[in-house]
Amino acid sequence: MPKTMYDKIWDHHVVEDRGNGVALLYIDRHLVHEVTSPQAFDGLRAAGRPVHRVDSIIAVPDHNVPTKDRDKPNPDPMSTAQLTALEQNAKEFGLDYIDMTDDRQGIVHVVGPEQGFTQPGVTLVCGDSHTSTHGAFGALAFGIGTSEVEHVLATQTLELKKSKNMRVTVTGELPKGCSAKDVTMAIIGAIGTGGGTAHVIEYAGPVIEALSMEGRMTLCNMSIEAGARAGLVAPDEKTFNYLKGRPYAPKGGQWEAAVNYWKSLKSDDGAVFDKEITIDGSAIVPLVTWGTSPEDVVPVTANVPGPDDFKDPAKREAVEKALDYMGYPAGTPMTGFKIDRVFIGSCTNSRIEDMREAASIIKGRKVADHIIEAMIVPGSGLVKLQAEEEGLDKIFTEAGFEWRDPGCSMCLAMNPDKAGPGEHVASTSNRNFVGRQGPGARTHLVSPAMAAAAAIAGHFVDVRNF
Amino acid sequence: MEKFVSVTSIATPFPRVNVDTDIIIPAKHLKSIKRTGFGEHAFETVRYNADGSRIENNVFDGPKYKGAKILIAGDNFGCGSSREHAPWAIAELGYRCIIAPSFADIFAGNCVKNGILTVALSQDEVDALVLAAEAGHEIHVNLNDQTVTCQNAKYEFDFNPAHKEMLLNGLDEIGQTLQAASVIKGYEDKQKLMTPWLFRG
Repeated sequence: MPKTMYDKIWDHHVVEDRGNGVALLYIDRHLVHEVTSPQAFDGLRAAGRPVHRVDSIIAVPDHNVPTKDRDKPNPDPMSTAQLTALEQNAKEFGLDYIDMTDDRQGIVHVVGPEQGFTQPGVTLVCGDSHTSTHGAFGALAFGIGTSEVEHVLATQTLELKKSKNMRVTVTGELPKGCSAKDVTMAIIGAIGTGGGTAHVIEYAGPVIEALSMEGRMTLCNMSIEAGARAGLVAPDEKTFNYLKGRPYAPKGGQWEAAVNYWKSLKSDDGAVFDKEITIDGSAIVPLVTWGTSPEDVVPVTANVPGPDDFKDPAKREAVEKALDYMGYPAGTPMTGFKIDRVFIGSCTNSRIEDMREAASIIKGRKVADHIIEAMIVPGSGLVKLQAEEEGLDKIFTEAGFEWRDPGCSMCLAMNPDKAGPGEHVASTSNRNFVGRQGPGARTHLVSPAMAAAAAIAGHFVDVRNF
Repeated sequence: MEKFVSVTSIATPFPRVNVDTDIIIPAKHLKSIKRTGFGEHAFETVRYNADGSRIENNVFDGPKYKGAKILIAGDNFGCGSSREHAPWAIAELGYRCIIAPSFADIFAGNCVKNGILTVALSQDEVDALVLAAEAGHEIHVNLNDQTVTCQNAKYEFDFNPAHKEMLLNGLDEIGQTLQAASVIKGYEDKQKLMTPWLFRG
């Protein structure tokens, strides 16, 4: 029977079939960060259990690292305690650990691919929902909770129920001025934040094939915002070229064997998906979120919708609450209110291609006077170095942007990078939830080009005519 | 882990859709390296004003639903981040069971690990339970029979059999899995030949 890519990876990793679609599944790769791991290591210590396979793990701090003044003492004692706990746990259990002063440090979902740790066909987990990012390589990658982190550390397995197969096909050719962020937002806008629940999404079609690895990571990253625990893109020559020569990638004679294996992973012709969605990629336009859920997506040329635009009574009530929180009435043009703050970064959009996309808009221009802060936070030290080698940092700082050190930063505001109450933020991150970027902060999710243009104009603009 | 067999209690109605884990427990409160202390910050934006004062008669602190062990929630409850701090916080508020039209996958998995039962019912059934909760009626949830009863109404729900066994018996899941250690070892020995590049040394 023809199999999907998800079926193949799942089948390869079944250690023990437990019936009813439940299996004990082997986990090849595990990324560990400071926020969701300390309680798991405590659990191991309390039970006197070792880490099962230290060579399956990279530990790196990212969520609450400061993005400036790293040479000075961290002013937040709780953040320090968490960062110290990660370092001590990594040492005690003998894990590969990348510390804050290392050029390789960065957001786990940028570091994994960069180090060649993320590979096609592997199962990869992390105590972070955006682990779906790694599906860009054809890895079955998903976020887990802290109890599961402990379970994987101790046993290298998870007992899981198999998800259903879903395929999202994006046809045509992506128009100029749009990038992978607009593709993922278009998909979430179409299927809603529950559209992928209980499914693994395979992305296919000419628009996906044309995306770079960076673009595919942006796309898979936000699978979780569509409710899917994992996203997948079939590995191809771009995938292999990206991985070749990276530190954890197969070496010597093993490279050929690995590539042959990776080529066998793509979904078979005739494989059946439980759910199929097709999106016309040629019709995608630059998108912005207007509300407090990632499904609240409109074209930048449109107006803020109102409760009357929705049928479902629960959604109508949610729209009213969202409008109240966002501080504008229905019918407001998306280009018609001031932006107060700009954040370009996060595991969604902090890779070198995102930096280049932002720089292409910013070059030779200035951040609007009333913008409180416009911040660019590269996803890793290596992205930062590459950007500086290309002179992008000069373009940013001359325009009035802050150029920071790598970390999760204002995506979730665990470190000092926050937006104030009532501020409208143009953000390349993944979640516009209430209070996500600071209490009362009003987040608008956009692509790097759209965020850059908003910083220059001081309000949203259609980047196609900017 | 604490067992879950059944619970009988009044319920807190909170039927908002797409309640994300940032609403359940905001990221700024995730800096603890312990599993406790999250309850006071749970549903912060629903319970407190911006100046830190308590919002009067909010469903979580007001007298009406005091002592409720069941939370009636909206569609796609627990979406967003994988933080297990969300079920830790909910457990500290005293809840043992959440009933909603649907749950985000990671959140539902995290609840099981913490002895919290998540029950998915149809929107109509959840709407009826919201009314019952508002009227102060007791709701009875039984995991053995997989039923929810309230006054004359009785609803059945589906539940993963493996999770059911874990909850009913309060099993240590890692201890259970380690009983299969030799099977895991056998799998690894095979994989070392198949995909040797994934192993070091």
